[in-house]
Amino acid sequence: MTTASLGLSRDDRPILVAALFILVILVAGTVYTFARFGSAPLLSPTYLLQQLQIGSFLGIVAAGMMIVILIAQIDLSVPWTLAAAAMMATSIGGPFAIPVGLGVGVLVGLVNGVGVAYLRVPSMIFTLGVNAVMRGLMVAHTGGYAPQTAATELMRTLASDRTLGIPNALFVWVAVSVLVSVILQRTPLGRYIYAIGNKEAAAYLAGVDTRRVTVICFVLCGLAAALAGVLLAGYSTKAYQGMGDAYLLPSIAAVVIGGTNILGGRGRYLGTLIGVVLIVLLNSVLSIMDMPEAGRQVIYGLVIIIMLLVYGRGERVTS
Amino acid sequence: MQDAAPAQQAFLTLSGISKRYAGVRALEGVDFACERGNIHAVLGENGAGKSTLIKIVAGVVQPDAGSMRLAGKDVSFTTPSVANAAGVVCIFQELSLMPDLSVADNISIVSPPRRFGLIDTRAQRRRAEELLAEIGCEDVNPLIRVRDLPLSRRQIVEIAKALGKRPQLLILDEATSALTSADVEKVYAMLARLKSEGVAILYISHRMHEVEALADRASVFRNGRHIETFDKGVRSTADIVQLMIGRDIATQYPAKPQRKPSKPVLTLENLSWEKRLDRISLRVSAGEIVGLGGLDGQGQKSLLLALFGVLRGVTGSITVGDRELRPGSPAAAKSVGIALVPEDRKTEGLMLPMSIADNLAIASLDAISTGPFIDRAKENAAVQHGLARLQIKIGAPDDAVLTLSGGNQQKVVLAKWLMTEPRIILLNDPTRGIDVGTKQELYRLMRELADQGAAILFYSTDYDELIGCCDRVAIMYDGRIVRELEGVELNETNIIASSLNIDAAAGSARA
Amino acid sequence: MPPPGLLVLDDLAIRTRQNVGLVTAIMLFCVLYLLYNLAHPKGFSPAVLVQNGDEIFALAMLAMAQTVPVLMSGLDLSVGAVMTMVACFASYLLTGAASGTPLHLEIFGLHLGLGTFPGGVGGILLGTAICLAIGTFAGFINGCVVVYGRIQPIIATLATGAIYIGVALFLRPTPGGKIDEDLNWAMTNSLGDFASTVHIFDDGTAAWFAPFAWIPVPFVLLVLIALLVWLPFRRSVLGRAVYAVGSAEGAAYMSGLPIERAKIAAFTLAGFFAGCGGLFLAIQTSSGNADIPQAGGYTLNSIASVVIGGTSLLGGTGSAIGSIFGAMILRVISFFFRIFDIAPLLQPLFEGLILLAAVSIGALRVLRVRNTLELFR
Repeated sequence: MTTASLGLSRDDRPILVAALFILVILVAGTVYTFARFGSAPLLSPTYLLQQLQIGSFLGIVAAGMMIVILIAQIDLSVPWTLAAAAMMATSIGGPFAIPVGLGVGVLVGLVNGVGVAYLRVPSMIFTLGVNAVMRGLMVAHTGGYAPQTAATELMRTLASDRTLGIPNALFVWVAVSVLVSVILQRTPLGRYIYAIGNKEAAAYLAGVDTRRVTVICFVLCGLAAALAGVLLAGYSTKAYQGMGDAYLLPSIAAVVIGGTNILGGRGRYLGTLIGVVLIVLLNSVLSIMDMPEAGRQVIYGLVIIIMLLVYGRGERVTS
Repeated sequence: MQDAAPAQQAFLTLSGISKRYAGVRALEGVDFACERGNIHAVLGENGAGKSTLIKIVAGVVQPDAGSMRLAGKDVSFTTPSVANAAGVVCIFQELSLMPDLSVADNISIVSPPRRFGLIDTRAQRRRAEELLAEIGCEDVNPLIRVRDLPLSRRQIVEIAKALGKRPQLLILDEATSALTSADVEKVYAMLARLKSEGVAILYISHRMHEVEALADRASVFRNGRHIETFDKGVRSTADIVQLMIGRDIATQYPAKPQRKPSKPVLTLENLSWEKRLDRISLRVSAGEIVGLGGLDGQGQKSLLLALFGVLRGVTGSITVGDRELRPGSPAAAKSVGIALVPEDRKTEGLMLPMSIADNLAIASLDAISTGPFIDRAKENAAVQHGLARLQIKIGAPDDAVLTLSGGNQQKVVLAKWLMTEPRIILLNDPTRGIDVGTKQELYRLMRELADQGAAILFYSTDYDELIGCCDRVAIMYDGRIVRELEGVELNETNIIASSLNIDAAAGSARA
Repeated sequence: MPPPGLLVLDDLAIRTRQNVGLVTAIMLFCVLYLLYNLAHPKGFSPAVLVQNGDEIFALAMLAMAQTVPVLMSGLDLSVGAVMTMVACFASYLLTGAASGTPLHLEIFGLHLGLGTFPGGVGGILLGTAICLAIGTFAGFINGCVVVYGRIQPIIATLATGAIYIGVALFLRPTPGGKIDEDLNWAMTNSLGDFASTVHIFDDGTAAWFAPFAWIPVPFVLLVLIALLVWLPFRRSVLGRAVYAVGSAEGAAYMSGLPIERAKIAAFTLAGFFAGCGGLFLAIQTSSGNADIPQAGGYTLNSIASVVIGGTSLLGGTGSAIGSIFGAMILRVISFFFRIFDIAPLLQPLFEGLILLAAVSIGALRVLRVRNTLELFR
């Protein structure tokens, strides 16, 4: 997308506000920790890097989710795609672990894509069904327990180890971010994605193969979820039931907080990135404050509403 | 300046009305009046201010300055409901019907008859039947969902809905554009009856022959100002057009060259689809503009869609150049050099919230890419070239395309396709709802493109256009081409005769 | 004008065509339930009916709740959370203890006594009213956030759902509470048992009452709520406005319909239905359990029920009645697993496949489309 020459464009404002909010969280959290513990762990690079490392899993999932939301769809199969990729990767083991895990993501993405693009089933309901099927497959495959096989060496290295003092998982997240940014901003595919999200009929009549682009988007989302699953398994050294459930709603929230329109067609990747960072930091501040789960949920919900009130205001319907 | 009757007799009076939209002066110091029992036409190009005027009278928008008087009292309509309550009812170009609700529900949508606080469906149905009968369209079953009705019938329902509000002032904004000829007659009859009952009627239309037939009085607007109001018969069509455009129009249509016989670029043989297309055979050569004529809904649009790969189950043969093929999708059609300017530019031709540049480039991204990436330099050059070629006046290429006027939007659609350097250009009623000035530019452009070697297939509902622009016109009836007219035979009489298929049984139009 | 007889047939044809989705769902349910009872060793017995009724009610209520925002081409991701929150409230207010329930609030380390909630029948009635009011109010808040905050329903309810679950967790960090045993017995069994518990109709033995005594109470509640709440709403001006907004919001505005009131009403009604579901859940399980995965599961199943019941996710067409049948179809499918002794490990897989198949049926329409532009709405 060509950047606007006039002041703050509509897409920039959410990013600025979200960035500001991150600062607010950091300041508020530091004030709290100073008052209570006399220290400022939130400002220590070690702590921040560790939080970002954990956040990279959400970040990768959110990157994939953003692509699908941009074409005015949604992918509710992320939880069990993530888990299935992790479980298959650990089951297979050896040098094929990661390719198999990623392959699961591609496969699920293809199925989603075909259902949404070719069968025209609304993505909300189709991916819901696919999620249920993936869950069923994994329950049947693992006997309902956490798989006993452990993550491979490579998976653990990628997820937990560090290079030059920076967690490898972070490098993976950066790589994914660069890839997604480049696709969205510099390639025809990116332009087609925004076009379809804005008006699929017009894109179709302009000669865009909207079905193929839709499939590609779901494959990318499935791939991202699978990658996150493989890394998460590496981080926890094994896969476990329901490991993907905690990533669905936060990934959608991160995308929306970052300024992407849930109806598609508008949004910048930088926003999603910042949205993830915001959610991760919010989580860690709440952890430090020993906030019980009840309070976390309420604050999480309030933050989303407040952020959207500040910048996400939809247009009033007129003629 | 107006030479209308003295203000105190007028039913509706506007004084000094002004309205600005983000720096654009839509209306400037407009004085206007219309009387009861009078059909008053409002004429002007797109952007002249007609729509804004109507919206202000109907309560959809508020003026920045000025006042309104209705039946001698000062009024200010803050919402359409307030206007309706005062007896001012407007039928807009975009229908205000809910497709998933029934005809009866739509007609009585706001204040339905009630029983025990809930909607009385039987009384509602009776009301719908009565109103439809007033227009002479009793054959519409009130239970049918609007979505299941053809466009012409939907417009009838819209009109019935307006009638039900018992208007004192009825405004029609291009309200007959989608009607079949038979239904149009019924609506004219209804308007005549309303007129005799003393209703004031404001009528916007781009169709000159309609205005001449109906209006007792007409007002011309240009650039947001009221130019002149005159009675029926006072001004000729040429005068009116000059008032609307403000400059002298010598020839409306570019000259047609003498045709040299050349090999056809597009050949259709026995093309059929469902019941809408019936063994169509046609040839279009490079440099030719071939028109599609006939009554509405005889398959003209379906033919264009079939050629562009949008329809499934098409039989027969299509030959482009010397290759026989069947485009299975718009992408496939594009790859062999076919372009389509679609029927509805707002939902099919453009992504309105996206920038002008993005809309221009969307069909040519492969051509302006180096490797897997879009080449910014190439893109900018192509965009500038497109804007210049069609003389599209814009603020900046990054502005959203929805900020442009209808005429400029259509130019963007055309420019987008010209970037793909097509050899066959399909035009689906491209000048509908476009102002006269832009229309002329489009006619000139079409001839230019044909001279440069393109083959153009041009569907229009305007006979004048077909006669003026086309080398040859194929008249369609019931999915078949019944006659091809060219040279001296290409005149209005023949077009009308062929459209009706001369056959006595074809007295009424097909919906 | 065509003769009257032809008109009637014309009407019938039109109505049938417009209600295909609903009729299909009803027929599908009847077939499935029939098969289920035939295969069940104790099929067609009141005991089985009662058990089924108990298991169906909550999801059926949530399906009704989800229908209303979907009709407006929106979505309510908080229905499961509202249900859970109301259930947790109910676990405090419906204990039915004769001397009442002492209530206190523990927040930020402070302990605040809130007095004693009345017990006995009066307390139960009051508690029920309050719980329903809470659910309705939660829906009202959803509506306000969507309308005045101008936030898309999916995101708005995602956020409010988190808040409601938080409240539920606050009320019941661990499952607990208790429901009056009589209430539990009366609500989760047949009409006869209800009558005998509440001491009406000669404790359920009245002669004229006998033919009705076997009907499970949940079914009666479902029918009553549908008749007394949903159908009048649908026939009201506000209810029709909801359909209008879902069909074409711009046209609805141009027609002068009260769009904002309709949207708020839709979400408020959804909250009410979700509250009913939560109330019953608490009564049925005799406890309040702030189970987040369960809430999420109910929400997603409510969406599936709506789709299977013939309501389009695009809005404008459909009915809560269809969604009730959609919910019943989903539940009956899981009943099948019990009797056919399908390995418990395979049950989730079958459930998923059946769900996928059910929602893909609409894809058949796609294959018949002749003008591809119709695929893009």
